[in-house]
Amino acid sequence: MQPTFSSSRILLPVRPWFVYLTLFGATAANLLPTAYWPGMPDWIAMLICFWSIRETRRVGMGWGFALGLLMDVADGAVLGQHCFAYVLLAYTAASLARRILWFPLAQQALQVLPLLLLTQLMQTLMRSLTGADLPGWGYFIGPFVATLLWIPATFLLLLPQYQPLVQDPNRPI
Amino acid sequence: MAGIDHAPPPFFKRGPAPLALLTFYIAVSLAIFVVDLRFKSLELLRQSIALVVDPVQRAAQTPGSLVDYVDRYLNGFRQLQQENNELKHNQLTTAPNLQRLAHLEAENERLRKLLAVKEREKASGQVAHIMYTARDPFSRKVIVDKGQQAGIVAGQPAIDEAGIVGQVTRVFPFSAEVTLITDKDQVVPVQIVRNGQRSVVFGLGNGQLELRYIPANADVQEGDMLVTSGLDGIYLPGFPVAKVIKIERDSAYSFARIFCAPVAGVENFGELMILDPRQTLPPPPPDASARPGSGDKPTGGKRSRKGL
Repeated sequence: MQPTFSSSRILLPVRPWFVYLTLFGATAANLLPTAYWPGMPDWIAMLICFWSIRETRRVGMGWGFALGLLMDVADGAVLGQHCFAYVLLAYTAASLARRILWFPLAQQALQVLPLLLLTQLMQTLMRSLTGADLPGWGYFIGPFVATLLWIPATFLLLLPQYQPLVQDPNRPI
Repeated sequence: MAGIDHAPPPFFKRGPAPLALLTFYIAVSLAIFVVDLRFKSLELLRQSIALVVDPVQRAAQTPGSLVDYVDRYLNGFRQLQQENNELKHNQLTTAPNLQRLAHLEAENERLRKLLAVKEREKASGQVAHIMYTARDPFSRKVIVDKGQQAGIVAGQPAIDEAGIVGQVTRVFPFSAEVTLITDKDQVVPVQIVRNGQRSVVFGLGNGQLELRYIPANADVQEGDMLVTSGLDGIYLPGFPVAKVIKIERDSAYSFARIFCAPVAGVENFGELMILDPRQTLPPPPPDASARPGSGDKPTGGKRSRKGL
């Protein structure tokens, strides 16, 4: 796979432990006190979206469900709220993966924005239908910040897969 | 071989179709959502997941609290001295009342015994520290550092130095979740101090409370103090809850809209006192209509007795 469709570089295959490590990192980042800052993106949603697009066969709805359950307990939310949103996100991201990867990075970010907004919107809908308080507009800034971070995040997350530009011509294989 | 995936996608072993998986996961999510919301029967699942999440969460909070600690340590001395002076001063000003309190309580007890009225329950509890607010943006809850290990059970009221803060709603092994009184539709039975009128105050979700279902011509004024009425069997009577700040009387509606501000520092961080659960109240007297041999007779008798 290439970093972007126009790139002539070919990526190394992803290492599974790196995928799981980043998902764990995202969970830890969601639990940090910084999560209270306005406009902080939901790191787990962002990572599930990213890996569902890039590695559809490794990260999917199962991961969305498990991490969703974890976040529900950590947040003190109603069980099933994050599960629903993350599962839906993983499914839509995986089904749109082939199309999204065909765009340059900036346009990829724009394609991802509605998916992340949908995640927040589903949660708001589920909770407000059951009579909870509305969270205010600050809740919807997160996906926009995540969109802005999509390009640097893509480079960071794909970094271990880049092979050196200058290769040894005399290597055995 | 570098550059392509080492394992080609399997041809025959594909697992369930994505749409089938999606349907399955969505159905399970919605099922646990409804069960958790309506029947509250998934607490065991929540507690077992919390056992895994809790240590990670505490670890994640550590850097922030370390910074706080260092900050307090560095500019602490002068502030401490000042605070100490203030506290000593406060102690002196409250001393006359406090010194007579023991005497008054004893006297009250004796008088109550004379009147054969049930003794007042004494308030006791344990101090808990607020660790962090729950991240759920749809509700107002805080997590405190005492749980099942300290004998906390769901339903216990939590107070601070000024008044009622909230109520324990969920208990985990090492922590507990306190729902603040300002959480949307959180209910506290109250009484107006000035005239003793009983009512119920609801949280609004925006940091305020509302007295609902009070007739537009009721005797409520701005600045009225609301204290717990104790009729619910959960809150002890007499703890300050809120102060009336705004009253909207619209003749188009039969009820007045009465807004109140909480007395306690509900949205502040700090320490809470979690009060022990109250002694269980005697069961309510059986309904007159449910009594065997009910009819016009008992009701009539009751009325005549009341008339006397």
